[in-house]
Amino acid sequence: MSAIYILWLRELKRYVRSRAQIVASLGQPLLYLLVLGFGLGPVFQKAGNGSYLQFVAPGVISMTILFSSIFSGIAMLWDRQFGFLKETLVAPVPRIEVMIGRTLGGATVAVIQGTLILIVCLIAGFRPAHLSLFPLAFLFMGLIAIVFAALGTAFGSVLQDMQGFQLIMNFMVLPIFFLSGALFPLANLPKPLAIITRLDPLTYGVDALRGVLINTSHFGLALDVSVLCVIAIAFLSLGGYLFSRIQL
Amino acid sequence: MIKVQNLIKKFGDFTAVKDISFTVEAGEIFAFLGPNGAGKTTTIKMLTTLLSPTSGKIELDGLDPTVQKNEARRTFGIVFQDPSLDSEQTAYENMELHAVLYKVPRKVRAERIEQLLRLFELWERRNDYVKTFSGGMKRRLEIARGFLHTPKILFLDEPTLGLDPQTRNQLWTHVKHLNQTQQTTVFLTTHYMDEAERVAHRIAIIDHGGIVAQGTPQQLKEQTNSESLEQAFLALTGSSIRDESASSADQMRQVAKMWSQRR
Repeated sequence: MSAIYILWLRELKRYVRSRAQIVASLGQPLLYLLVLGFGLGPVFQKAGNGSYLQFVAPGVISMTILFSSIFSGIAMLWDRQFGFLKETLVAPVPRIEVMIGRTLGGATVAVIQGTLILIVCLIAGFRPAHLSLFPLAFLFMGLIAIVFAALGTAFGSVLQDMQGFQLIMNFMVLPIFFLSGALFPLANLPKPLAIITRLDPLTYGVDALRGVLINTSHFGLALDVSVLCVIAIAFLSLGGYLFSRIQL
Repeated sequence: MIKVQNLIKKFGDFTAVKDISFTVEAGEIFAFLGPNGAGKTTTIKMLTTLLSPTSGKIELDGLDPTVQKNEARRTFGIVFQDPSLDSEQTAYENMELHAVLYKVPRKVRAERIEQLLRLFELWERRNDYVKTFSGGMKRRLEIARGFLHTPKILFLDEPTLGLDPQTRNQLWTHVKHLNQTQQTTVFLTTHYMDEAERVAHRIAIIDHGGIVAQGTPQQLKEQTNSESLEQAFLALTGSSIRDESASSADQMRQVAKMWSQRR
């Protein structure tokens, strides 16, 4: 347990100490929130869907968590390059504990990032529908973070160098984001797109966040929670398996 | 303490370690010498569970590191050839993290960290980030960290690379001291023959993935009719210079390219 704690703490320390990175990683979500939120607002309103800012805020929060948690796993590349990974791999600690410590650390950082964006949303004019459901939002942010931090760890365990990073970015992370319904409603989609969005784990995260924050859930919270939990377990197992197979 | 039998490691078609066998007794200081790319680091990686062997048997204190990984890891400490510190944390935090991972009891943790940081003259800089350290300071910190959990076996993979004579001297004095007082078994690799001659009880010379000679420094010198260990080493491994990263096939290709360009 203490090994998990100290590795979790390390991820947190690294995050708090790199202020430039904190600011940089908030830039992209802010653009989405402000440009899309206010830019598409009038069209969205005319189509009879209400405020786009209200609609897109949970999506942008999910996006922040997605990026942050996947990158925390891929950051393992740096530890591989700078050698710190070796130090943890020769330690007399089951590799699964090393993996869990890192993954939970990355997930915690992602939730903090998501919270920062949530605060920005509130400043920009976002208003949650029920204050009583507000704390639940953090539960779902945590679930999303764990799902993708585990996926990030799986990627980080397999990648050998920075070249693979672009591949993951363009063929995994961006599609997961764009196909999740973070930016558009899931109702009345063309059939193929409707199917693909249902295969995207983030869809259920965004949907759950919308459920608790603006009271409009497409699938219902029960289904969202079940799917997220199952995927979290699956990705944690995958990440744990791939991490345990790392050879240096 | 360490027993290796018919150990082989292949990377694709390339055989990095070719069927080596050796034994290191408890309390012994054993030096593994060889030119660049001879297979020293690959062997250490297999001994320390970082790499799984293609075939062969390894025993560390009676444990098989390919099966009883965590039990085996508990028996040894290692100082790697290349850095393995977390540069975004302070020297003290790096030591603390190591102590927690190796379950050094909380009571002795602070005391032992202070003692080692003072010994390697890093105590004044304990709260500075490792990224601000010079190469020599990083090395010293890594060595201090390797001693932290008082392992039964200590692996030192070219520990003195880039160190000044003062620190080198201090390191070997401390290694010898540990070896005498705690019976720590030491397995080391180095390029400095004088160091090997000074500290090692027994030496194995490895070249092209195979062990070419084994014995005490005295035996090796007698075997080759040399006056110094360095001469013995050169007699056994030849005086051609090795390229660590490129395989022999790559070298041939490069030579072929050079020739075709000249014409």
